[in-house]
Amino acid sequence: MYGGGYIFEETKNGSPENEDSRKLEIFEARIAAGEKIEPTDWMPAEYRKQLIRMIEQHAHSEIIGALPEGTWITRAPGFRRKLALMAKVQDEVGHAQLLYSAAETLGKTREDMINDLITGKSKYSNVFNYPAVTWADTAIIAWLIDAGAIINQVANSKGSYGPYCRALERICVEESFHLKYGHDNVVFLATGTPKQREMVQDALNRWWPPIMHFFGPSDKISVHTETLMRWKVKMASNDDMRQKFLDMYVPKIWELGLTIPDPLLKKNEETGQWEYTEPDWQEFKRVINGDGPCNKERLAVRRRAEEKGEWVRLALLRSEEKYTVPLS
Amino acid sequence: MSIKSLDPRITRENLPEEPDSKPLENIHHWQTYEVFHQTKKGDRHIHVGSLHAPNQEMAVILAKEQYSRRDKCVNLWVVKTADIFSSGYENEDIFETTPEKTYREAGGYKVMDKINKFKKERKQQSN
Repeated sequence: MYGGGYIFEETKNGSPENEDSRKLEIFEARIAAGEKIEPTDWMPAEYRKQLIRMIEQHAHSEIIGALPEGTWITRAPGFRRKLALMAKVQDEVGHAQLLYSAAETLGKTREDMINDLITGKSKYSNVFNYPAVTWADTAIIAWLIDAGAIINQVANSKGSYGPYCRALERICVEESFHLKYGHDNVVFLATGTPKQREMVQDALNRWWPPIMHFFGPSDKISVHTETLMRWKVKMASNDDMRQKFLDMYVPKIWELGLTIPDPLLKKNEETGQWEYTEPDWQEFKRVINGDGPCNKERLAVRRRAEEKGEWVRLALLRSEEKYTVPLS
Repeated sequence: MSIKSLDPRITRENLPEEPDSKPLENIHHWQTYEVFHQTKKGDRHIHVGSLHAPNQEMAVILAKEQYSRRDKCVNLWVVKTADIFSSGYENEDIFETTPEKTYREAGGYKVMDKINKFKKERKQQSN
């Protein structure tokens, strides 16, 4: 799973005008021809910088995204669901590793990325700053958050950077299990007892605003975003991805007799576009900057895990030191 | 005060409510290994990705978790990334030889037209 929308900040001196125009021309022609850029190829500094930032945030989202669902492993209803949830959480952590490796090929070490995560310097998907209050929340996350992630990741897997595309292809295959598993859980609750239906409706009510935030605010079209689109770093607009998500999943939610907590949500048959209440972007900003219900917990847990694992990493590093029999 | 979580395991950790902002110390950079897996005995090994490990044995153990937790796998190879010597894309032109190489491909040799023509002529002569 992953945190949706693209949020790019223009970096200082990031303008491609500072680049060697001949190399830039070849680079852009290769991308236009559908070729993949590989780690040892020449690339503009801005391309490298934005990719590191994007892939790193994606990796952090996977590793932090494992936490809200991981909360429910010990209390999963039944052995099969427990096995499935463990497998899903393990997949998410595995995805983080694949993505850290892809980002590393651009020149930032995994350790530096993890450090930037736990000191709050790098961001991760905002949705994981919300808690999974009941078992039904994990069902909604696994179905709808992963559905949103797939839309984003399928788009990104057609991007221009080889290592990222290859990691995403592998990830997308595994995500399809997450999506089916999540849908199965939601259907089970929605077709169950009144209490189960109430649980899943409550979870949907809680998660709808974060889901609408998931793809990020409408993109500002600037020269900078146009450059990133030409370089196939940014592959779709945030609004287009949100529309695609609504198109695919609102009917599936409605067919279960669940209510989406937005009275304005409807498809405009003339334009083919979904209309909805504008998500609260102030809240989005507030939470992404640290003031959400779980931000502190997520980072504290991650830091504690790193600290607790240190002795294991040290022991493994020195494993070549062999026991020797005393001399006398 | 410590963090009260929905997850009792996290509450029991007594995590500080105000997060520590210090960077981690004693970071140990493990080496990277390239991983190759074989899905069936007799098949060739295929490169599937890379990982970090402190030594070869751990690289195999971690490769099992990372690359064979779902699909069938009968064997894994790990190679230190640093031990791989690559031809490099900047030297891609070393693979360019003659503009066309049909002379060394099976499809470059088409004889049926000639055989058919030859047979037809022979038949006409004998008639």
